[in-house]
Amino acid sequence: MVDVQHYLVVSAALFSLGVIGVMFRRNLIVILMSLELMLNAVNLSFVAFSRYLGSIEGQIFVLFVMVVAAAEVAVGLAIAVAIFRQKGTINVNEINIMKW
Amino acid sequence: MEAVLFYALAAVTLISGVFVVFLRRPVHNVLFMILTMIGLACLFILLHAEFLAMVQIIVYAGAIMVLFLFVIMLLNLDEIVMPPEHRRVRYGIGIVLAMMLVVFLIPVSRGMLSAPPTGASALPAGMTNTEIIARELFTTYLLPFEIASVLLLAAIVGTVIIGKRPTR
Repeated sequence: MVDVQHYLVVSAALFSLGVIGVMFRRNLIVILMSLELMLNAVNLSFVAFSRYLGSIEGQIFVLFVMVVAAAEVAVGLAIAVAIFRQKGTINVNEINIMKW
Repeated sequence: MEAVLFYALAAVTLISGVFVVFLRRPVHNVLFMILTMIGLACLFILLHAEFLAMVQIIVYAGAIMVLFLFVIMLLNLDEIVMPPEHRRVRYGIGIVLAMMLVVFLIPVSRGMLSAPPTGASALPAGMTNTEIIARELFTTYLLPFEIASVLLLAAIVGTVIIGKRPTR
């Protein structure tokens, strides 16, 4: 029987990997993928807690997180395509219109 | 048996997660992301969340990652040479910060678990996982469910508006 701490450690490690990706990669697509990684880590801990507490609410929340993730990816990738059309790059260092 | 499966799946998930973050070419990132999703789905099955495991494979590995692949092919990202990122110091700082985050998250999750679980037998016996989720989703969580559908509609409209070429 694997107890819930093990799942939480895996979840924390995946979340931290996602944080590294978001902060230190320059490619917009890879940044979006790292965001997905973080959302999935949270999903894993939701499901682990749902099993641990014997309640189904955690799994319901995972469904809603998936809905939000799908919407976010669709809009984010559309923005990436639009930026690429305008500037010819998706390197986030060169996308600085909104920086002051 | 369960422990062996868990450690194998956790290793697959974490190693492919490392590849997702650190590989250079976006196509390889996406392929390893699919592997991560499949590993997570297997972990969900170990946690007796079969419905979510199937949804994970269908929605994430099947739909979202294909969307990523489409965009990468559309933009010809493999032919665009990103400038090499030669800032070792920045990587070092990032990895140290991430380690600190892990070290912080583990005691927090331990502290939350010191209380004994309540309602451990709240799940009715003799019902499948899908049946329980459906029952809860369409009774208690009906309003959030409908709001989620409106959110998806808004995402569709927004994507089409952003993605279409400007007409002039």
